[in-house]
Amino acid sequence: MRLFVHELRNQLLVFWRSKEAAFFVFLFPLLLFLLLGSVYGGKIYGVPASEALLAGLLGYGCANTAFAGLAIQLVVRRELGILKRLRATPLSAPTYIAATLASTLTVFVVQTIALFVIGAILYSAPFPHAFGSLVLAIVIGAAVFSALGVAAASLIRSAEGSSAVVNFILLPMAFLTGSFGPTRHYPAFLRAIGDVLPLKYFIEIVNAVYLHRQALWTKGGALAVLAAWGATGLAVAALRFRWEPREG
Amino acid sequence: MSAISVRGLRKSYGALEAVQGIDFEIEEGEVFGLLGPNGAGKTTTVEILEGYRRRDAGDVTVLGNDPQDPGPEFRQRIGVVLQHSELWPNLTVRETHRAFAGYYERPRSVDEVIELVGLAAKRDARVKTLSGGQKRRLDLGIALIGDPDLVFLDEPTTGFDPAARRAAWEMIRSLRSLGKTVLLTTHYLDEAEQLADRVAVLREGRIVTIGTPRELTSADLEVEIRYRRNGEEVLLRTTEPTRVLHELTAEALARGEELERLEVRRPSLEEVYLALVSEDEPA
Repeated sequence: MRLFVHELRNQLLVFWRSKEAAFFVFLFPLLLFLLLGSVYGGKIYGVPASEALLAGLLGYGCANTAFAGLAIQLVVRRELGILKRLRATPLSAPTYIAATLASTLTVFVVQTIALFVIGAILYSAPFPHAFGSLVLAIVIGAAVFSALGVAAASLIRSAEGSSAVVNFILLPMAFLTGSFGPTRHYPAFLRAIGDVLPLKYFIEIVNAVYLHRQALWTKGGALAVLAAWGATGLAVAALRFRWEPREG
Repeated sequence: MSAISVRGLRKSYGALEAVQGIDFEIEEGEVFGLLGPNGAGKTTTVEILEGYRRRDAGDVTVLGNDPQDPGPEFRQRIGVVLQHSELWPNLTVRETHRAFAGYYERPRSVDEVIELVGLAAKRDARVKTLSGGQKRRLDLGIALIGDPDLVFLDEPTTGFDPAARRAAWEMIRSLRSLGKTVLLTTHYLDEAEQLADRVAVLREGRIVTIGTPRELTSADLEVEIRYRRNGEEVLLRTTEPTRVLHELTAEALARGEELERLEVRRPSLEEVYLALVSEDEPA
């Protein structure tokens, strides 16, 4: 436990020290919210546009932090030899992984709070009503996208390419699943692609809980799809994750 | 008890037999060098002892542990400098030491270790601003922060300029005075000679010789005697230079000749080493 707390503090220090990580992972979704919030007016899905965007960007923030940010971070640390070096210390692999996931969750939670504060101040968006369900949804989303992030890190070979690869996945996924605005006018085949992506179901859950004040368990189908994606991510990570750089 | 004991160690990667049955013992407090060219199996051996790789065959004991399945104390007691590894670029030297200190139950003082590895002036510098030599000293600092009994140094000075190498040698010598056991790999003969109490020379996964640096280089060496006769160079190799030279000079004096360009030389340590690790079977 002492080692876990120590490593969590290390990881948060490492995260905030990196300007690229702090900007692209933490600030970028907030900036997008400011930008899109001032572009879209009126209503989306029968609710004020700013609230629908808040839910969409919460989803984007989750995938950005837990999937893209975590994957890049792990690949860079692996290729620098940091992960290998840590293996020679008394810090165990489970403790390291737990601290990494806790650090990711912490960043995402702070970002979510910032989204709601910005929403409340600029667009008078309400604070969440089904609070317990939203907290659970956030933890589930972070867990599923972290599993996918570790899986992506296991498949990406070099640190140079990691950012390009994950953004090539993340940005189209965010567009196709409605993070940046409604998708109902998109061509059918694009919507069909969006329909299989995990972010669509995470946003669906956030919409239900935040916009429609429904409890989390009313979204059983979406939860099942997320669980399937999470399990796939875990399986790939368990089979392919490496601690050592590609070249010996 | 010995700090490290290796018997019949073997390791292959696919068809490549990287380590082909080696034996050695390292006593507590000893500085032991594994010397050999690239690809001789040094890093594979060290990484098996550190617990990174599983062996195919043989018995290995490190500080009373099997590194493949070590007890909880094992990683408290070893310090590691890997051949290639970097640290978080945006943390400072001090933050990096503090991060690693937190992994150990009985760490040394962060400021003392920074002082010891000569980074006091760079205490608050970010890791990414350090030179190659300074980064290597940081690697050594975090290897020592847990106050280990045994330190592994995998090519600690490769790529250093001569001044940085001397500074690193001083630091490694100071480990001996702290009573640490050190296993060092290097492909520089002079480094092994300067630092190690005993050296094992590795070639193609086998130990070709083992002993003190002095023993290594004082084996029956043939001395070369060269001179010119009628414009032709004559080269003699002998283990009895005194007798051969005496006969040669006596003959020359008797004939009233000069031995032109007479030269007597012992092969350098470098040549002995190169002969040991060259493709041909050593003499």
